[in-house]
Amino acid sequence: MRYQLIGVNHMSAPLEVRERLAIPESRLPDTCRDLTAFPGIEEALVISTCNRVEIVAHTTNGAADLRGFLHDHFHLTANELDAHLYEFREKDVVRHIFRVASSLDSMVVGEAQILGQVKEAYATARAVGAVRSHLDQLFTRAFAVAKRVRSETAVGSSSVSIASVAVELAKKIFGTLEGKTVFVVGAGKMSELAARHLMAHGCASIFVSNRTYDRAVGLAQKFNGQAIKFDDLYDTCDRADIVITSTGAPHAIFRREHGEQFLSRRKNKPMFFIDIAVPRDVSPDMAKLDGIFAYDIDDLQQAVSSHVADRRKEAELAESIITAEVERFEARLHTLDVVPTIVSLQDHLETIRQAEIDRVRNRLGHLTPEQEIAVEALTRGIINKVMHTPITTLKSAAKESEATTIVDVVRRLFNLHDKEAPATEKKNEVGTRQ
Amino acid sequence: MSLLWLRFALGCYFISLIYAFVALSRTSDLFSRIALHAASLGMVFHFVSLTELFLAGHVVWASVHNGESLLAFLSMSFFMLIYAIYQTTSPGVVVFPVVFFLTFIAAADEQPVLLTQFVSSKGWLAAHIFLIFIGYAALLVSFGASLLYLLQERRLKAKKSSSLISFLPALEVIDQIGYRSLLLGFPFMTLGLITGSVVAISAYGRLDFLDPKILLSVLMWAVYMLMVFTRWNSGWRGRRAAVLATFAFVAALAAWAANYFSAIHRFAAS
Repeated sequence: MRYQLIGVNHMSAPLEVRERLAIPESRLPDTCRDLTAFPGIEEALVISTCNRVEIVAHTTNGAADLRGFLHDHFHLTANELDAHLYEFREKDVVRHIFRVASSLDSMVVGEAQILGQVKEAYATARAVGAVRSHLDQLFTRAFAVAKRVRSETAVGSSSVSIASVAVELAKKIFGTLEGKTVFVVGAGKMSELAARHLMAHGCASIFVSNRTYDRAVGLAQKFNGQAIKFDDLYDTCDRADIVITSTGAPHAIFRREHGEQFLSRRKNKPMFFIDIAVPRDVSPDMAKLDGIFAYDIDDLQQAVSSHVADRRKEAELAESIITAEVERFEARLHTLDVVPTIVSLQDHLETIRQAEIDRVRNRLGHLTPEQEIAVEALTRGIINKVMHTPITTLKSAAKESEATTIVDVVRRLFNLHDKEAPATEKKNEVGTRQ
Repeated sequence: MSLLWLRFALGCYFISLIYAFVALSRTSDLFSRIALHAASLGMVFHFVSLTELFLAGHVVWASVHNGESLLAFLSMSFFMLIYAIYQTTSPGVVVFPVVFFLTFIAAADEQPVLLTQFVSSKGWLAAHIFLIFIGYAALLVSFGASLLYLLQERRLKAKKSSSLISFLPALEVIDQIGYRSLLLGFPFMTLGLITGSVVAISAYGRLDFLDPKILLSVLMWAVYMLMVFTRWNSGWRGRRAAVLATFAFVAALAAWAANYFSAIHRFAAS
């Protein structure tokens, strides 16, 4: 198990740092390719959401310089970055990935969106060939664990989420949401969820705007709302009391001058901006205007954290599931490690048996079918008897930490080569030469 | 006897006053209920006190202290009205101290009730006093609301989760309380000034605009109108509205204080 992970999340790094590390969806495949070309990395996957940027890798020696990769890739110095990074290896990677997929590491514990995001990251990396056997095993298992956590605990079921926090904040500003207008800018899943919550609490009408107009129309139809061309955004936005914005724009799309414009057109009635985009869509100087209340993803987290206490119990249960699953995964990995050895041992002995039978066949003369079967049974029986103890030992050793040693001994005793080993060696050489 | 009841009322208002100070730092549902009950009980005593004065048979509010007592009672009624509509005791943070202060002065000692010999029409005088006091009470509540608005706005901007759980109602509710009080108070204030002018003209035959009382009253009314106008026209709220409201409130205080300097608007003959 030579897993490595490096990353930042909402707890380790402020939004300013995460903004700089965020990798747009379109560039994920390239980043995955860059990673696999990096010395020491065999397989790699990148998770980039608004709350986390993480690189998961399977490496040749368990000590690839992922930190160095980040520095190079984002042109950041160690000073700027290192204080915010966390790194995991081996078993801790498994635990972390299980926790992330199960939404235990999320800003809003139990929110369902993260699993979808991890699945997307997995699919992207797999499509470019950056995910093969090792990471594949890890993530397939992680998805199963996430499903288990969801079905066996109440972590995901409670209503606490960014969306409901947004509703609560809106009520602090507007009192009642009856008759309020919502504007969704950027038709993402999270903004759709927030919009749904707001509508459920009485908001009367909804506008949707998106760079791709068709998506805006699609989302607007779901809510009986109105799609707005992205060019008309600034002309219509002042009609909304609550704006949910989550565009992938690299710079703020709502700046101070827009805020002033909106306020003067709506006679200074307050506006509530729920900015779930990273990088942020609402510029900080606009958020300072009287009458503009802008909450970015970090502010929402703060508001959320006060709710977390009541679900701590469920989270504890989920953590115990994770711990058990990590153990299981580890054990399974080890078992998988010995399986090829057992198979090649069996192959090896079978070849010897066949060769020996062929060698003595002439001397045995013509055999009746019954005799033929008897010879088969005899030779097979001897081999099985001899093999029994070594195979059981290998299987039981798989669960212990000395598995690799025993596998090694068996391989050397029987002079076994499996197909994978030479390939790895070759790759190692390539890696060191680079 | 009236003074005794008023002092009972003062005791009750004192409990509400403590609430006003505590509520700023912590939220306690129990405490706001205690404050509310204390205030209601205080109002009952206060009402008895005012009724006794009334039954004594004069236009008895024409003394500074009795006037203050009446103003305190009207402000409290206003507070209760808001509570009935919005279920919030938070305007008490501003209203309670002012009411306590007014009642405290009024309950200090008994003043000789002296009607000004100039007043020919008691009805106009009574109307003037009532109308203008309702205007004052509305202005007080509106001023309080604009301060609370500012406070709540700051809290929402600070984004601390702890500060989001507060005794304050939603921003827009505070805004509504302030605006509605403002709108409600304006006609009363205007009519109060008109009736006041009628009384003054009937007594002196003319209006002396250089008299500090009249000057300050007109100034206060102008600021009041400016507030209504900016709010109606460009929706001023928050900081700018609070500045205007403070200005109007100070003008109102000055107009009130002018009673002690004015040549024409005095209660006790000197």
